[in-house]
Amino acid sequence: MSVSYENSKIVFQGIKDAGITSLSALPETWLGLLLQQAEKDPDIRLIQVAKEEEAIGIAAGAYFAGERHILLMQNHGFLAAMNGIVSLAMLYGIPLCMLIALRGHWGEPYPWHTRGGIVTEGVLRALNIPFEYARHPKDVGRQIREAYTFSQSSLSPVALLLTRDLMEEAL
Amino acid sequence: MKRAECIGMLYPELDDKVVVTIMGACAQELYDLGHKENFFYLQHAMGLASSIGLGLALHLPQEKIVVLDGDGSVLMNLGTLATLARYRPRNLVHFIFDNGSLLSTGGFDSHTTSGITDLAAIARGAGIEHVAAVDSVMAFGEAAIEAFARNDLGVIVAKVAAVGPNQYGMDLQLPENAFRFKRWIAGRKLAAAQATTANTPPALVSNERSE
Repeated sequence: MSVSYENSKIVFQGIKDAGITSLSALPETWLGLLLQQAEKDPDIRLIQVAKEEEAIGIAAGAYFAGERHILLMQNHGFLAAMNGIVSLAMLYGIPLCMLIALRGHWGEPYPWHTRGGIVTEGVLRALNIPFEYARHPKDVGRQIREAYTFSQSSLSPVALLLTRDLMEEAL
Repeated sequence: MKRAECIGMLYPELDDKVVVTIMGACAQELYDLGHKENFFYLQHAMGLASSIGLGLALHLPQEKIVVLDGDGSVLMNLGTLATLARYRPRNLVHFIFDNGSLLSTGGFDSHTTSGITDLAAIARGAGIEHVAAVDSVMAFGEAAIEAFARNDLGVIVAKVAAVGPNQYGMDLQLPENAFRFKRWIAGRKLAAAQATTANTPPALVSNERSE
């Protein structure tokens, strides 16, 4: 299976259209093509982290600075960022707009992704983090824009789950 | 030396800087000198003070950012030193008060006790060029002055005694601190923008008519 170049472009355009000027990310396969575009774009600042929890702090700093920032990570990175999400973002009322690659779910061939994929929605629900699934290229731009808007109005983390339907080439 | 002495030395320099401090004793000692709107106290999420500082520094290039960190917090997020080195914000000074102890949680030894782990060496190894390790108030003051004047990313590891304040408490709710801190930064940005506008001569208006 390979990552969809067309849909990666559409997701990146959705990020641009939402007025985002700053991204923090930890590269992963589904996000690779998207991040390559971000690297080349002079209007986007891309900050790569060593571990996803750092990005929660960076996002908070960007928010304090008045910058339109989103986070890109794999769902396992979301799990690794948990205390930052709870004890920085939620505790202080700092918005986070997280685009999360949902590995290890329907159609997943790799065993190592499955446990994280199975628990992701449950963890989001336990933390009361609003989320949506992004499945269709025609909707994802609007979903990114709305996720960002909602994060800012609710002063809360929100998650848009990037699914296999969206991120991989159709067979 | 005591961390409180170092913070007391820094305090007069902090009026026009954006300051992020870790939880516990460090936050309290800063607060006890007198809260300012440009102070953000990260009372949990150990390890992320320097990440917040990086996010601030990259997006506020005209401001000076100060992070007051500790050995226990840095040990929880060692990757931050590599990320700081990679992006090298020229406007960030990262102070690490190393008391070799998880003081706020009962004073257990941290990995830096007895010189087992050397945070300054880790910072250098991560690729940070300007790293100072100090263990006297005089050396701390000199290192701080140099770091503020240098206009480059600096890390100062200060060996301090494992002592903290006798009492804890702040008259400041956590979200309130975040809201006011953000508002102070927004006010600075607005004032800087207005100053720029005021200093710029009015745009020349062409008298030529375009048909």
